[in-house]
Amino acid sequence: MSLEDLKEKLSKVVEPGDMVPRDYEKDGCLLEIKARADQVEAVAKAAREADCFLESITAVDFTNGPQIIYQFNSCTIVSRVLVRVQLSRGESVVSIGSIYDAALWYEREVFELFGIRFDNHPDLRRLLLPEDADFYPLLKDYGKVHAFRSTEEIYGE
Amino acid sequence: MANEFLEPITEQTFYLNMGPQHPSTHGVLRLFLKLDGEYIVEADPVIGYGHRGHEKMAESHLYEQFLPNSSRMDYLAGLIFNHGYVAAIEKMAGIEVPPRAEYIRVICAELNRISSHLLWFGTYVMDLGGFTPFLYSFDDRENILDILDRVSGSRLTYSYCRFGGVARDVDDEFITATHQFVERLRSRWDDYHNLVTKNVIFIHRAKDVGVINRELALRFGCTGPILRAAGVPYDVRKAEPYSVYSELDFEIPTGTKGDALDRYLVRVQEMEQSLHIIEQALERLPDGAIKAAVPHKVRPPRGDYYFAVESARGAVGFYIVSDGTSYPYRLKARVPSYGNLQVLTEVLPGTLVADTISILGSIDIVVPEVDR
Amino acid sequence: MAAWQNLVNFLGPDLARIVVGVVGVLALVQVNALFLVWLERKVAAHIQLRIGPKEVGPFGILQSIVDGIKLVGKELITPRHADRKLFMLAPIAVFLPVLVSFVVIPFSERLLIRDMNVGVLLIFAFSTFNVLAVLVGGWASNNKYSLLGAVRAVAQNVAYEIPLLLAVLSVVMWSNSLQMSEIVASQSKVWHVFSMPVATLIFLICATAETNRAPFDIPEAESELVAGFHTEYSGMRFALFFLAEYSNMLIVSAVATTLFFGGWKSPPFLGFLPVPGLIWFFAKTYALIFVTIWVRWTFPRLRFDQLMNFCWKIMIPAALLHLVVYAGIIKIVR
Repeated sequence: MSLEDLKEKLSKVVEPGDMVPRDYEKDGCLLEIKARADQVEAVAKAAREADCFLESITAVDFTNGPQIIYQFNSCTIVSRVLVRVQLSRGESVVSIGSIYDAALWYEREVFELFGIRFDNHPDLRRLLLPEDADFYPLLKDYGKVHAFRSTEEIYGE
Repeated sequence: MANEFLEPITEQTFYLNMGPQHPSTHGVLRLFLKLDGEYIVEADPVIGYGHRGHEKMAESHLYEQFLPNSSRMDYLAGLIFNHGYVAAIEKMAGIEVPPRAEYIRVICAELNRISSHLLWFGTYVMDLGGFTPFLYSFDDRENILDILDRVSGSRLTYSYCRFGGVARDVDDEFITATHQFVERLRSRWDDYHNLVTKNVIFIHRAKDVGVINRELALRFGCTGPILRAAGVPYDVRKAEPYSVYSELDFEIPTGTKGDALDRYLVRVQEMEQSLHIIEQALERLPDGAIKAAVPHKVRPPRGDYYFAVESARGAVGFYIVSDGTSYPYRLKARVPSYGNLQVLTEVLPGTLVADTISILGSIDIVVPEVDR
Repeated sequence: MAAWQNLVNFLGPDLARIVVGVVGVLALVQVNALFLVWLERKVAAHIQLRIGPKEVGPFGILQSIVDGIKLVGKELITPRHADRKLFMLAPIAVFLPVLVSFVVIPFSERLLIRDMNVGVLLIFAFSTFNVLAVLVGGWASNNKYSLLGAVRAVAQNVAYEIPLLLAVLSVVMWSNSLQMSEIVASQSKVWHVFSMPVATLIFLICATAETNRAPFDIPEAESELVAGFHTEYSGMRFALFFLAEYSNMLIVSAVATTLFFGGWKSPPFLGFLPVPGLIWFFAKTYALIFVTIWVRWTFPRLRFDQLMNFCWKIMIPAALLHLVVYAGIIKIVR
């Protein structure tokens, strides 16, 4: 399996305009994909068929809503792919726990730190925080942060 | 009036809580087990007892101020986390690191890897009931800690790397001491092999126990010795070479079956490979500066970056979103023990309670890394 | 009338002998426990490349006494829903039967409290009480870990008694008597360890399992069940369990010495040395105890099902085969 293979599978799911090649030497990833919340499952299935493993799921909070970042990589040749999904506050996204078991804990963590709900997650309870916590710590309006910006200020679009 | 009969008692299972205070879970980990006699039916690791909020702390501190935090996430491989964090910022900001500093970083990172594996070795066999190898391995580990203490100032949580290089230079005594340590550890392998690897009881406790094959490991995103024991030669030092690893010659030990014995053998062989790397690096250590000139408050350009290193437990990654100021906008540490621990929910059911200890020990989890 | 006479005769020198003997044995057991605690710590330390206790007294000899004083001063905690009476009974019950077994051990040619003609039977009958006391202790603690430990201990002890007794049966057949002094006398030419080495090996392995010592120490596996069946015991009650374990080690080594290593007899080629039998007896017993301690600190622990498999599938057939073979040999030789 190669990066071309993965690109080909992903191009069936997202528009070519949403697939942006990145400079590996500078950024550490080879490909960046902007996806919508409803395309997440298809992208994950494509990555699974291309024999990639889920490296991490994380999220970043912006003024125009939180953004989830899925990271896929392969153990045969480096092919790190970042999948960015921009959401608005309160929007939920489908869980990919049925495709990658690793996603179960990552999604629990994203839920408890950002408040993003994952539909069809079998067991969406808090992982790191106490069960009765009612706050989402990594949102930018909680606690002490240095800046709260929008995606345009950081990525320029 | 019908006769009412009691429901027959069909539920024979009971719940056992292993931890958070338990001699074998090595950190505050709670394993919530549902047992049927001695067999495990369900296992649920409960974590979060050590959540300190490193990622939130990063958002209100300078990049330089976060440096000590990086080694406290995984305190056993603190230098490797340090290296990863510092190298991520250097890549973002385009800082060139002088070759002497790179070699020094590699030597110290490999020493750190050996000390982490030695601690794992001692505690794994101790959990299985053999108390003696624990003290032998700690004796060796003391040597490493003394060497690193001289040059970095701390024994466990190092903040030795700086942006652009390392904090202090190494002197001849460091080099001699490291050479002596390499000789000494090589001469001890026979002791360890006779005492543990060839011991029939140990082999019975570790062989065919906790088999994690390639498919299971990849489903859960396990990296490191677990994946290598399953037969996949994935090592970040070879797959995505960083620092000077591309100039050094070493092998990736792999296993075949993915049981606890394979994981044990992979780690022991990794220690030997690390010794090989240290020898080569010591030979090639160039002269020169140990730190590049770097602005007082580092200000990487806007955007997001990811950098991966190979820690003792697997692939560690730092994902940093920068907004152009000297404070990170978001910092996420991708830790290997996350996937490694999660695989327990699938591996434990069907095994005996005594095997839990063996499997948990062979996976080598450091709980503060999971909790961050 | 004759019964009355017998009773009056008994109340004289016989009773005095038993009382003095039991007091002596009590003293021996206490001193032995103190000594063994120190010995174990020193031997363990040297195997692990350290020194062990050295501060308290020369070579740390007084360490055990100081530890004992510390344990006496601790609070005796009883868990809330534990069965109080059984909880307090267990440590006592685990310790007393050992004292009884000492009554028939021949320490030397004439130092024998009671030379019963069923001495061997008495020893092994009383050693099984240990199992009951462990089960009572684990159950009464109202703690899942303790119960798991106690259940494992019962299974292990009951299983390993069978090959133990079969090995002893071989010795009894060879010596033609259950009396301890007769068994020692039958070793005047050749010790049983040389005439039946397999039985010796089986006995020593099963004895290690009976006393719950590594590599068979699952019931008190420190790293798996916190402390097994004595998790909930604190202070002097815990000290009693420890005392019982060391006394068990002593009695088992003493029995092994008597049955297999010639008891108080000196080795045939060293018979000219003016060393009393008592010294030989203690030298051999403590050599066996040293080997037990050595084994403990070298090997990891067996998993429970591997332990039971080993007993039922390897030890018992071996012991049975040995018995049959030696029965044949005895028939041919005598």
